[in-house]
Amino acid sequence: MSSTATLAAAPSVIQARTWRGLPALAAALVGVLALSTLVPEQGYTLNIVMQAATYSVAVAGLVVVLGYCGQISLAQAAFFGLGGYGVALGTVDYGLPFFAALAAGVALATVFGVALGLASLRLGGHYLAMVTISFQQILTLVLNNWIGLTHGPDGVKGIARPSVPGLHLDRGDHYLALCLVALVCVTWYIWRLKTTRLGRAMQAVRDNEIAASTCGIDIFTTKVLAFGISALLGGLGGGLFAGAFAYISPDQFGFGESIVLLTMALLGGVQSPFGALLGTGLLVILPEWLRFLRQVYLAVYGAAVILIMVFLPDGLWGLTHRLRRPASVITGAVTPLPLLGQRGIETADIAMRIEGLAKHFGGLKALDGVDMAVRRGTVHALIGPNGSGKTTFINVVTGLYRPTAGRIAIAGQDVTGTAAHERTRRGLARTFQNIRVFRGMTVLENVMVGAERPGNDIAEQPALVVERALAALDFVGLRQDANRMVGTLSYGTQRYVEIARALAGNPQVLLLDEPAAGLNLTEKQELGALLRRLKGHGLTILIVDHDMNLVEQVADHITVLNFGRRIADGGPRDVLSHPDVIAAYLGEPRQDAAA
Amino acid sequence: MSLIPQLLFTGLGIGAIYALVALGFVLLIRAASVVNFAQGEFSMLGAYAMVILSGALGIPYLIALPIAVVLMAGFGVLFAGATYWPLRHRGQMPVIISTIGASIFLANTVLALYGPSPEVLPGLFDTPGFEVGGVFMDSQYLAIMVTATVMVALQFLIFEKTLLGKKLQATSQDKEMASLLGIPVALMILITFAYSAALGGLAGILVAPVLFVSVGMGAIISLKAFAANIIGGFGNIPGAILGGLSLGVVETFGAAYISVPYKDALAFGLLLLFLLVRPQGLFGEKIAEKA
Repeated sequence: MSSTATLAAAPSVIQARTWRGLPALAAALVGVLALSTLVPEQGYTLNIVMQAATYSVAVAGLVVVLGYCGQISLAQAAFFGLGGYGVALGTVDYGLPFFAALAAGVALATVFGVALGLASLRLGGHYLAMVTISFQQILTLVLNNWIGLTHGPDGVKGIARPSVPGLHLDRGDHYLALCLVALVCVTWYIWRLKTTRLGRAMQAVRDNEIAASTCGIDIFTTKVLAFGISALLGGLGGGLFAGAFAYISPDQFGFGESIVLLTMALLGGVQSPFGALLGTGLLVILPEWLRFLRQVYLAVYGAAVILIMVFLPDGLWGLTHRLRRPASVITGAVTPLPLLGQRGIETADIAMRIEGLAKHFGGLKALDGVDMAVRRGTVHALIGPNGSGKTTFINVVTGLYRPTAGRIAIAGQDVTGTAAHERTRRGLARTFQNIRVFRGMTVLENVMVGAERPGNDIAEQPALVVERALAALDFVGLRQDANRMVGTLSYGTQRYVEIARALAGNPQVLLLDEPAAGLNLTEKQELGALLRRLKGHGLTILIVDHDMNLVEQVADHITVLNFGRRIADGGPRDVLSHPDVIAAYLGEPRQDAAA
Repeated sequence: MSLIPQLLFTGLGIGAIYALVALGFVLLIRAASVVNFAQGEFSMLGAYAMVILSGALGIPYLIALPIAVVLMAGFGVLFAGATYWPLRHRGQMPVIISTIGASIFLANTVLALYGPSPEVLPGLFDTPGFEVGGVFMDSQYLAIMVTATVMVALQFLIFEKTLLGKKLQATSQDKEMASLLGIPVALMILITFAYSAALGGLAGILVAPVLFVSVGMGAIISLKAFAANIIGGFGNIPGAILGGLSLGVVETFGAAYISVPYKDALAFGLLLLFLLVRPQGLFGEKIAEKA
């Protein structure tokens, strides 16, 4: 659509990205330093603000792990405690300077956070939640019972503040300034993180793990990083907290406190560090005002969690989104999508070779020794009646299922034993029969995840990623929807988002799993036109579909499956007139009719 | 008195409780894909209901018991209405978080009403128990084991032999298909919540004379039920029972031979070990995502 647009500046969004927010960071730093001079040197107000600031750092960690990456962590108070005890024991028992003790506490928290993240290699969702609860409970037991190390239930007294010549950080208001500076930096980092490659990978994992892995995202590493960052911030908050109050005890870091931190994040809005600030601020100050609730405040928190989940799923900060202007259109021309193999294609070259592929589910042989060679620059169709093993084939080829036997090679390299994201790195891209888009992200962000496919030429350059994503949207005609949330689009349009996501990664081979499923007649015709355009560019495509009309329009080569076996393979005309294929689709002809 | 058979007896008794709670837990996972972090609170509430009915109101034990269980079934429906129903189309995580909220809410509401000091609930029998071959058979533990066995048998009969049971099974296997076959899926899920809460309540009442009735009992029981599930295989019914029993035994031996304060840490340690080494549990998991 924009090919006729003036070649004015590149889209504004690209220029805005790189240094975005640094002036705001500087202004916020000056602001909090000025603010801290207004707070009295000690007393009640100071304590409240100090508590809010240190808690906020820990809650920001929850934004990363829960909000961005979608993993429930119910041990944030434990990480807070590890940081706190690092500072307390470090300064009191081991005579370390404050910052050394803080570093030790933060490191300890991070190590345990990474360890919990490692558990996510095998466990998801509720399992992981349970692991975090267990960790939380074990830490509480250790803090209370290992008296020789932790001082037990009495806690640790006389925790030192840092001594930096000239800064007087032992003074309350100066120490508060230190906490606020840390908080501002953390908030800025978390805010920026959301729009980085890692941040998008986390959100993709949150929204759809399977689609994320086929976009080349290493789900495991992403989760470990999210847990690590979250625990690091928990430890940092806890370490600052210990210095702030000079005394800590195990009951400040129990399971109940983890729930309090969770409530703060949920109330404010777990999708944004500003939500975390808002939620923490409210829940630190409100209980002070509502002192009569002292007896039941945890009950109120519990009820609040349910009410927030039901009525305010995006938290208070989420409400501000509704006030913002509607999704803007990104204008400006970009370099057209460079599709591989556009010129000088060697059609005899095999892009993907599959030999003897088998997948058995118990006694069911969904695939039983299938061979296929997809030649570079061709459109290869895989057809077959329902239940013939087509989708299983795609899932095995893309690495979502492990094959029982057989070999898969992409561009001559064997990938049989590799994970899904590794195959994507080698140049495989796919779409899904049941659409799998990242629902919590915009159309542009969805496609950017595709453009950031490891192995893609521009994956490491943020500005070019945006440009490539816009080019892919131009190709499928969705530029005007770039800034809309993908969930607001129609089913048919979401399918194009998926295709654009795959194309943006500049794949060697594009796998389309029943792209016509669920589309109406007009949409099917548009899809046919799009596929012919892709074919014209020489992209290697493996398409699985029922729609014979569509397949006949685009396919250079057809493989037919029935009951997990290949029953025909060759050019469209030969295959579609093959008696076994007709029999598979229309039923066996009568015996006498054959004569 | 011989220590090892005695510990085994006690362990199986406490394990039977974990198994009962785990059973209710696993049914919710299967029927509604709800991982209920407030499962133990059902037990805590059941025990407090019994404290009110038989203690404060003076209703005879054997009449108060069924009343408390029926009340808990009703509470299960309320619970479903608050934590599951509004969020049922939003995936698993919001429901998990809301059951965590419910757990905190229930425990602390009871805390505000009754305070932290534990209540005493009498057992089913007046006699403390008797001795067989050097093992003291505590009457309450025997009652727990007998009830647990009866409940498991009853549940097996209902699930395998009645139309209601078939409908519940169909709902747990494929909600969409079940609803196409005319099974009222919503009703089946509510029944599961009611049954799960009743089972949890019953377990709480039975265990009360052994553990005391306290606000904290819910959280502990929740975690044990969860651990029992992991050990047995998530979503697996025989696995939940076996997991509960083995957890009870391991914990009792651990408390006797290793350390009392770290008794609960032992259960968590076992849980972590299973999660990391054999996450599918002893019997394997029932749930897998389709690509």
